[in-house]
Amino acid sequence: METNTEFLNYTVNFGPQHPAAHGVLRLLLELDGEVVERADPHIGFLHRGTEKLLEHKTYLQGLPYFDRLDYMSMMSEEHSWVLAVEKLFGMQVPLRAQYIRVIFAELTRMLNHLLFLGAHGLDVGAMTMFIYSFRERERIMDIYEAVCGARMHAAYFRPGGVAKDLPDGLAEKIRDFANDFPAKIDEYEILLTGNRIWKQRLVDIGVVSAAEALDLGYVGPMLRGSGIAWDLRKAEPYDAYDRLDFDIPIGKNGDSYDRYLVRVEELRQSNRIILQCLDQMTPGPVKCENFKTSVPYRKEMQQGMESLIAHFKQFSEGYEAPVGEVYAATESPKGELGVYIISHGGTKPYRVKIRAAGFNHLQSLKTILKGHMLADVTTLVGSIDIVFGEIDR
Amino acid sequence: MTLETLDKLEALLAERFPALPRERLADALIVRVEPAELVATMTRLRDDPELDFKQMIDLAGVHYPDREPTMEVVYQLLSVHKNHRLRVKCAIGEGVPLPSVIPVWSCADWYEREAYDLLGILFTGHPDLRRILNDYDFDGHPLRKDFPVFGRYEVRYDEKQGRIVREPVELERAYREPYRHTL
Repeated sequence: METNTEFLNYTVNFGPQHPAAHGVLRLLLELDGEVVERADPHIGFLHRGTEKLLEHKTYLQGLPYFDRLDYMSMMSEEHSWVLAVEKLFGMQVPLRAQYIRVIFAELTRMLNHLLFLGAHGLDVGAMTMFIYSFRERERIMDIYEAVCGARMHAAYFRPGGVAKDLPDGLAEKIRDFANDFPAKIDEYEILLTGNRIWKQRLVDIGVVSAAEALDLGYVGPMLRGSGIAWDLRKAEPYDAYDRLDFDIPIGKNGDSYDRYLVRVEELRQSNRIILQCLDQMTPGPVKCENFKTSVPYRKEMQQGMESLIAHFKQFSEGYEAPVGEVYAATESPKGELGVYIISHGGTKPYRVKIRAAGFNHLQSLKTILKGHMLADVTTLVGSIDIVFGEIDR
Repeated sequence: MTLETLDKLEALLAERFPALPRERLADALIVRVEPAELVATMTRLRDDPELDFKQMIDLAGVHYPDREPTMEVVYQLLSVHKNHRLRVKCAIGEGVPLPSVIPVWSCADWYEREAYDLLGILFTGHPDLRRILNDYDFDGHPLRKDFPVFGRYEVRYDEKQGRIVREPVELERAYREPYRHTL
């Protein structure tokens, strides 16, 4: 009998139901032995047509859809939407509201990076990390709950400010958390940063050079991991970021380990930002006081007809937008989250395009996976920090 | 973008691309490109050291049923070294393919697939123009203005046939757009 000594490549299906798929990623992997020759990510299992739905909602009704995009960094997504709407309408945001939004954007960055640490640790076999990071996530969730009543889908930011001022005692609670948090980051670093197994799994895995990172359209920690100091909070400061002092960490080699280090340092910088905001904040209004576009105060509504009419109009018909188009982007925990609104007048947008960072990062998998071992697939999927809500939209 | 960088960028573009129609908004600069010149213009925008648009941040398709041509593709470009942005628009007719910009920025791949999937815009030179967000056998392009927001088909599991069946959507009450909706 003739023996066939030539081995053919074979294709493996990874996901969509797989614990390391971070949701619903389906990867078709063509393997030569254990080496990945070709990877083809299939997405869309969580497609809800957010962009289509937004065309049929008023600007205020569109807001909660953003919580559900990247459901691990909720308020950061809202931030992009409210900035885009404010830009379109030319709304002015009071300073206190700007600080509150920065505090919550940074708390959200912590939420996201903590999940990244936990899930990434779990992907490569460090179970403990998951439990540690969820301990701190729970405290941030409590802060979320105190400010808006919901643990995750907050709907707290509003075009023109935020929904309500911080409740009594919350600022102290945030300060307590921020004072405790650096010690917790040290704990994570003791567990992971110098860990031999962690380094064996991450160092030199998925190396992306600076030029490649630009070509692949990387943003956020992925771009910074490749050594390019680009952060929208510095480059195009929005809200109160130009009044705050913080550093941008960058990586050197562009591998998974550098991206991990960048994110850990971002946790420390976020903590710094929050403490500065709490020190600089002064009492004042928390929403734009033009009641054509922001909700009138309850007390005035009970006494004045005008406010009552304005309130009714806002929640039924919505407010009329000028004709125009805007693109607003924020530095969400995963990178640039852009919202492009085209308005043809009326109370609803004509077209909304959401530019999600994860979409771009995930498509680069087919480039960076090439030549890696099958076991590194989970490392890379973890390292690019994907959440399917924003990718599938 | 600050006014200074916008002014600088506009002057640069006027010098390098005098023929391109420009439009200045309060915070952005738009140029319109003909489909035939798209790839050449984009390559120059990327390689010019002063313009330095090394990144394509976004690609959005827009459907204008009342306009001619009916489709428009909007590219958002970014230079991380110069810290400026540019919006490039390219209008094309129904069913007319647009040249792919993958040779310029490889990240355009999925964005073009998305524009094809959601709006039916075709791209020549794309290696793998498949649906991306919708189901493999989906019918239609949902972001077109003539596509109803509740969809055309619904799927359910049929007990008798023992399989999943696809049927036209039946609404108990006719769909009504609350308040006036401008198209």
